[in-house]
Amino acid sequence: MLVLIAMALSAVSGLPGIFMARASAGGQRAACGLMCAAALAGLTGACMGLRPGLAGSCAFPWPAAGNAMIGLDALSAFFLVPVFLFGGLGSIYGLGYWPQERHPGSARKLQAFWGLAVAGMGLLLVGKHALAFMLGWEIMALSAFFLITAEDRESESRRAGFIYLIATHLGTLTLFGMFALWRWATGSFALEPIAAEAADIGALNALFFLALVGFGLKAGVMPLHFWLPGAHANAPSHVSAMLSGVMLKMGIYGLVRFLFLLPAPPASWGGLVLGLGALSGLLGVVFAIGQHDIKRLLAYHSIENIGIILMGLGLAMLGRSAGRDDWLVLGLGGCLLHVWNHSLFKSLLFLGAGSVVRGARTRRIDLLGGLARSMPWTAAMFLVGAVAICGLPPLNGFVSELLVYLGLFGTAAIPGGKVSAAVVAAPILAMIGALALACFVKVYGIVFLGSPRRPDSVPAPESPACMLAPMLFLAGCCVAIGCAAALLGPPLDSAIAAASSALPRELPRVAALAPLTAVSIASGSAIAVIASIAAFQGLRARRVRRAPTWDCGYASPDPRMQYTASSFARTIESMFAWALRPRERVPLIEGPFPQSASMESHVDDAVLDRLIVPAARWTQRLFGWFRRFQQGLTQHYILYVLVALALLLGTLIPFGDLISRLFER
Amino acid sequence: MTDTIIHVALLLLLPPLLLGVINKTKARFAGRVGAPLLQAYFDIAKLARKGRVLSGTTTWVFRAGPAVSFSAVAAAGLLIPFGSLGAPISFAGDLILFAYLFGLARFFTTTAALDTGSAFEGMGASREVAFSCLSEPALFFAFLVLAKLSGSLSLVEMLRVSPDWFASGAAAPLILVSLGLFVILLAETCRIPVDDPNTHLELTMIHEAMVLDHGGPLLGTVLYASSLKLFVLVAVLAKVIVPFRTGRAWLDWPIFVGETLALAAVIGVLESVMARLKMRRVPYLLVSAILFCGSGLILLVR
Repeated sequence: MLVLIAMALSAVSGLPGIFMARASAGGQRAACGLMCAAALAGLTGACMGLRPGLAGSCAFPWPAAGNAMIGLDALSAFFLVPVFLFGGLGSIYGLGYWPQERHPGSARKLQAFWGLAVAGMGLLLVGKHALAFMLGWEIMALSAFFLITAEDRESESRRAGFIYLIATHLGTLTLFGMFALWRWATGSFALEPIAAEAADIGALNALFFLALVGFGLKAGVMPLHFWLPGAHANAPSHVSAMLSGVMLKMGIYGLVRFLFLLPAPPASWGGLVLGLGALSGLLGVVFAIGQHDIKRLLAYHSIENIGIILMGLGLAMLGRSAGRDDWLVLGLGGCLLHVWNHSLFKSLLFLGAGSVVRGARTRRIDLLGGLARSMPWTAAMFLVGAVAICGLPPLNGFVSELLVYLGLFGTAAIPGGKVSAAVVAAPILAMIGALALACFVKVYGIVFLGSPRRPDSVPAPESPACMLAPMLFLAGCCVAIGCAAALLGPPLDSAIAAASSALPRELPRVAALAPLTAVSIASGSAIAVIASIAAFQGLRARRVRRAPTWDCGYASPDPRMQYTASSFARTIESMFAWALRPRERVPLIEGPFPQSASMESHVDDAVLDRLIVPAARWTQRLFGWFRRFQQGLTQHYILYVLVALALLLGTLIPFGDLISRLFER
Repeated sequence: MTDTIIHVALLLLLPPLLLGVINKTKARFAGRVGAPLLQAYFDIAKLARKGRVLSGTTTWVFRAGPAVSFSAVAAAGLLIPFGSLGAPISFAGDLILFAYLFGLARFFTTTAALDTGSAFEGMGASREVAFSCLSEPALFFAFLVLAKLSGSLSLVEMLRVSPDWFASGAAAPLILVSLGLFVILLAETCRIPVDDPNTHLELTMIHEAMVLDHGGPLLGTVLYASSLKLFVLVAVLAKVIVPFRTGRAWLDWPIFVGETLALAAVIGVLESVMARLKMRRVPYLLVSAILFCGSGLILLVR
């Protein structure tokens, strides 16, 4: 019930602003207050839903659709937590980042659609009927379009918005197809497990592929990710954070929900999902390394993390078809926990990037530098997010990756000396981790460390408290999940049980399969040790002499001599040139006294810029031929009608008879 | 309890000796007397007493770098079994913690390098993170082989290589994995042929280029941490290639110390007879490590 109240509150949160004057900030404050109340109510409701053995469901008699439209089980509650958490935090951030005074035209629109998007996601998650699900899905998808195009004066924003709109409609179309097939196979629109004998394997395969494409488009799985980088880069930063941290997860929710309703999955499904996950993970992070726009880079990292989540899901499906409960629990546990973790640290990183964009007024990494001096809080929070997203030990990213790793190592231990092919995913995951580390060392080192690359610019100011507070809260959550991993066992258990409710047997507990207690003790003590070393160093602070960077004795180091993002990434870019195909402009150096030269490299998106746009252009050229018929003269069109009529009449003439009579004579 | 104390004492006291053994071996090969075996201890003690000079561009990240990477490597050392007994910390899945602790150390070493804003340090950091992208999968392939052989996911069990394994056709995979682990060891500890620990001012450096601006106690910590990393990886390799244990603790500890020192001498010999590879060739060496460990896995499950 609390969840419903929260949804209603967030849906109306934008309304007061619409009726208030353009210049006044009151509407935004009211909306923020309503969103925070909604977040509190929703989080309480979701946490109550996560308690084991509690699945509330309220039926809304709706003549067109039947009963049981809405119900809350542990899986819905698990995904509701990030939705409401970030719905509240993001609107607080918006007070500082997108204030009504500075954006009188778009701030009210942004508030209204923000609330609607949160309400839509809530409806989608509690929907137990195809109608409620699709209603929530479309409210979310269309609000997101208006959120992305908040800056509709910029052509980049409009382009990104339209590409997003096309992609999301494609996805919706696929989902409509899936639900139609669902109705045909099961006889109802209710989201209930399909009985094993109800549908044949062909229909199940079709359902699987439709779900994979429809939800994969929303989640940004690798070949279907083409809308994602542009939309994330051009939206306002808190909207990017919501898109990446929360909205992509709705695609994952759909996959988890529907794939576990299908009976008796063949092993090839799990293998396909695992392979897609490995592909998204590897190529997502490799493309991220090639980006020089901080928000585009973070967007590609979302693709990488979706890949890790899908690896967990694929492993769980393999476990389900092989009857291995340990793979299922570890894979699904890693998948679900990574959903939470990614929503925490990716929102944190996007909010940090928003602070940078607000302070330095650019998104280009190569123009930034040394921001840790003027924005110490943002820098510290961003560091927490960066360490967490690399999956490094004391923080939360490590816990979920550990679960996936344990599951993958488990696939090596099939009795009888055999090994499942899924083990190869473990070294790939290790490679993804190392590449993510490279990427975030690049971002953090180039943006926040060193000295400013534009020496003429004034230092970027630190963000106001209402932007820092949400970041601080998210960073605290990252540390808390890392240190208190042992507490996460019960909610994960109930979510896994809710997802796989179709299975007849009791599943083992996550805590029994994974060393969560050991990890939380190790992480907690690691943080304590590091903190005490820091305190020791601080206490012992001797007189420190400051000198310029030595730089091998170079007399006057210049900020332009620093390594740039392009040069830092070049080694890895050259290793993956087969996938990235970077466009490089390398200067030709001639003579003993070369003139000034500059080098730059750009990486285009593999699918959008190299496949879809050329294909669209080619199609356009092909059909351009038909333009000759389009002369604009009424007489011509009447002629076409006449010719068409004549041809149609011609089909009535029995030519066969005519010819046969011709020869009979 | 005694074992834990011996373990921690070995972990903290022995590492600089390995550097001494390597350098002594190299000096003997070059026909010199060489620095005393304990030179690295003297260096660390001297550096710890010095004052601090920091670059004007650096922030707290620069000072945190050596401390965090030292703690991370030391924590990784607590997961590895020395001698015949277990490690102080051990649980199923600690191998992933082990690998990721090295990742944590790398993160902070490289960000500290970028904090100085020097092109040399940026270059070193860029290479460090790029080459680790290839050594990590190799390490995980090696772990997969050991996990498959031992049927366990804790390093203590995985590294308890027993002679029985050879009967079940594990000899060839183990040899391949040892070769792969040796290449990983050379790459992670920045020895020849991947990197040259002696030159400081070349454009072709990795690790030494990253720490050009560290001085005094910070440089001492960096030196200590890198010797610790060498010791931990040598200990892993020693456990894999020498499977025989007597079972008596008082005998196994000295044998273990002897093994690590012998491996250090082998590294010294290798450094004396080989030249550093061209930087463009280093990825090929690391890919060969992936191939060694990967074929080990294939041989095991054929």
